[in-house]
Amino acid sequence: MDTTQGTPAMMDDTLTLPRSADGAQRIDCRNIKVFYGQAQAIHDVSMSFPDRAVTALIGPSGCGKSTFLRCLNRMNDTIENCRVEGEILMDGENINDEDVDPVLLRSRVGMVFQKPNPFPKSIYDNIAYGPRIHGLANGREDLDAIVEKSLRRAGLWEEVKDRLTAPGTSLSGGQQQRLCIARAIAVQPEVILMDEPCSALDPIATARIEELIDDLRSRYCIVIVTHSMQQAARVSQRTAFFHLGNLVELGDTNQIFTNPREKRTEDYITGRFG
Amino acid sequence: MLQQLGQLPMGWLLIALVAVFGSAAFFIGRVRAERLLVSTTSRMHSRPNYHGYYVAMWATVPVVIVAIAYAIFAEDLTRSQLTRELPSSFARLSPAELQSYLESVRMAAGTAASAGADRVFQAITNRYLELRGLVNTGTLVLLGLLAAGGIFFAQRRLHPNFRARALVENGMQLVLFLCAGVAIATTAGIVLSLLYESLLFFQKVSAWDFLTGTRWNAQTEAEFGALPLFFGTFMIALIAMLVAAPIGLFSAIFLSEYASPRARAWIKPILEILAGIPTVVYGFFALLVVAPGIRTAAIWFNETAIRLGLASEPILAAQPTSALAAGLVMGIMVIPFVSSLSDDVINAVPQTLRDAAYALGATKSETVKQVVVPAALPGIIAALLLAVSRAIGETMIVVMAAGKSARISMDPTSDLTTITVQIVSLMTGETGFDDPKTLSAFALGLVLFIVTLAFNVVALRVVKKYREKYD
Repeated sequence: MDTTQGTPAMMDDTLTLPRSADGAQRIDCRNIKVFYGQAQAIHDVSMSFPDRAVTALIGPSGCGKSTFLRCLNRMNDTIENCRVEGEILMDGENINDEDVDPVLLRSRVGMVFQKPNPFPKSIYDNIAYGPRIHGLANGREDLDAIVEKSLRRAGLWEEVKDRLTAPGTSLSGGQQQRLCIARAIAVQPEVILMDEPCSALDPIATARIEELIDDLRSRYCIVIVTHSMQQAARVSQRTAFFHLGNLVELGDTNQIFTNPREKRTEDYITGRFG
Repeated sequence: MLQQLGQLPMGWLLIALVAVFGSAAFFIGRVRAERLLVSTTSRMHSRPNYHGYYVAMWATVPVVIVAIAYAIFAEDLTRSQLTRELPSSFARLSPAELQSYLESVRMAAGTAASAGADRVFQAITNRYLELRGLVNTGTLVLLGLLAAGGIFFAQRRLHPNFRARALVENGMQLVLFLCAGVAIATTAGIVLSLLYESLLFFQKVSAWDFLTGTRWNAQTEAEFGALPLFFGTFMIALIAMLVAAPIGLFSAIFLSEYASPRARAWIKPILEILAGIPTVVYGFFALLVVAPGIRTAAIWFNETAIRLGLASEPILAAQPTSALAAGLVMGIMVIPFVSSLSDDVINAVPQTLRDAAYALGATKSETVKQVVVPAALPGIIAALLLAVSRAIGETMIVVMAAGKSARISMDPTSDLTTITVQIVSLMTGETGFDDPKTLSAFALGLVLFIVTLAFNVVALRVVKKYREKYD
C-alpha cells in the first residue's frame, strides 16, 4: 500500500523520489493530525523520512513544523490538551500505539532544541546522563568511552577534554549546542530531531553546527526545522514546506529551491511572504 | 479655651490639621493656577493640579515633620519642666525612682485614680496635665502657623512658567525617601537598643558564662547559662524541619510537576491558608490535641517496654508539654513557607531543561529527581533556611506547648524551653530595667536576632546567586 494519502502534490513526490542511499525509509508518517484543544495545528500530513539523510522542514512561523517535529518523539505528550492522530511507523511499529513506551521511543529518537539547554551539571555528566538512565554503559571505563566518542562526534572533544568537570553552562552558546548534540548522540539514537538548532547562535557557531550535521548524516536520519532557507539548502537533501498546518510540498532540496511545483512554495522561498 | 484645646486627643487633631490645611492648600493653589491660565496668553508650564499639589506639599510636609518631632519630644519636655517644679523633698530620689514616679503620674493623670491619692500626688498630677496641655496647645498653634505660612509662601511663587510638576515629582521622591528612612531608622534603633541593653547585661554576667553555661534559672537564682535554651530552640526547630522539609518540598514538587492546573488552583491556596492561621491557634492545637496525644503514646511505649522486659523503668519522660508536640505543630506551621517558596523556584526552572531530559528518554520522576530538583536546589535551600529562621523565632506555639524547664535532654517527650519562651516569661510581670533578669532577655533577643539574621542573609544570597544563573 502506498505510504502517502496526503495532498496530491506530494503523492507523486514520494513515488518518484529516489530513495536514500540504502533505500530505507526510517520513519513513515500517515495522516497526522494535531490538535491543541479545539484548534487543529496539523492537517492530515503524510510524509516519510529517509535514513542517512537530512530532511529540512521549512515554513513561516506558526505553520506547525515544530509541532510536527515533536510528534516524531512524542514530545507533544508533555503538553497539556495536545492530541495527535494518525500513524507514525518506525520499523513497522506505530509509535502512537498505546503500548509504545514514549521513554523507550525517545531513547531511539534524540532531539536538539532551539536554545542550547545543557543541564546544570558538569560537561561529563551532561553527556553521561542519557547512558546512565538507560544503563548503556558497563562500568566507569565504558561510560568514559561513550562520553569521549559522543563529544568527538559532536566535534567538541578537543575543546573540552581538559575540563570535563566544568559546568556545561560555562561553555559558549555554540559549544553548548554541540554539547546538547553530543548528549543526544550518547544515547545511540537512530533519528535526531533538531528544532531550529542554530537560531540562538552567531554565524560562526552556526557554520560549525552545519558542518557537524553534514558529518552526522552518514549515521543518522536527521530532521531539522529551520527558519533559514539558506540553511535548509546547505544541509538538507530533502525539504518539506509547511504552511498553515498543511504540508504544501515535499521534494529534493535542489528541486524545491530551484524548481518548486507549488505557487506557495515559490512565493515563500523567494521571500514574497512569510 | 486654648487650655481646653490642649486636653483633646492630639493624634486626631494633628490628622485633622494636616487634612484641612492640605486640602485647602490644594484648592488655593489650583484656583490661583486656573486664574493664571485665564489671564496668560502663553502656555502654562504645569497643569493647575500640579500647582495645587505643590502648595499642598508646602502646607503639609513641614507640619508632618514637626508633628513627628512633637511625638518624640513632647513627653520629655513636659517631664523635665515638671521635675524642675517638684518640691525639694524629691531631690533625694534616684533618677530611676524619679522616672517611675513620673510614669505613675502620667498613668494617673486625667483618670479617677488621682482623686483618692495624697495631696502632693494630686497637685503634681494636675500640674502635669496643665503642662502637657500647654505643650500640646503650643504645638498646635505652631503647626497652624507653619501650615498657613507654607500656603502663603508657596502660592506667591506660582506663575505661568512655574515648574510645579518637576517640583512635585521631586517632592514625591523626598516623601518616599523619608518613608523608607523611617523603616531603616526604626530597624537601626531596635538593634541599637538591643545592643545597648545586652552590653549592660554582659557587664553583670560574663558573656562566656552566658553562652556556655548549662544552668538557666533567671527567675529565682540568677543563673544565666543559656545553653539549655539554645539546645531547646535548636531541638524544636530540628523537629519542625523534619516535618516541614519533606512535606513542604514534596508538596511543592507535586504542585509544580504533577498536579493538573485545576488541582493546583485548589491546593495551592489551601496550603497557603496554613500560613494565615494565627500562631496562637496553632499553640492551643499543640497544647490541647497534640501534646496529650504524644503523652499517651509515650506512656503506652514505656509500659509496653517494661511489660516486654526491655526496660526496668520508663524510657521516655512522657510529660504533658513536650518538645515533640511543639516541634510537630511548628513543622505544620512552616510547611507553607517551604512549599510556597520551593514551588516558585521549581517553576522558575526553565521548561527547556525538562524537555531536554524527556527527549533523552528520562521518565517524569527521573527528570524531577535528577534535573529539576538539582537545578532548583539553591532556591530550595534558601526556602528551608527561611523556614528555619521562622521556626527559631516562633514564640506562641512554644510558649504554650514546649514547657519551661531549661534542660538539655535528647528525649523529645520531655519538656524543653526555648529562647523565645524565656524572653516572654522574663518580660512579663514585674520588671525593672536594672535587673539582670530583665536585661538577660535583651541578651537572648540579641542572640536570636543574630541567628535569624544570619539565616536570612545566607538564604537571600543563595537566592540571588540562583537568580543570576537563569535570567
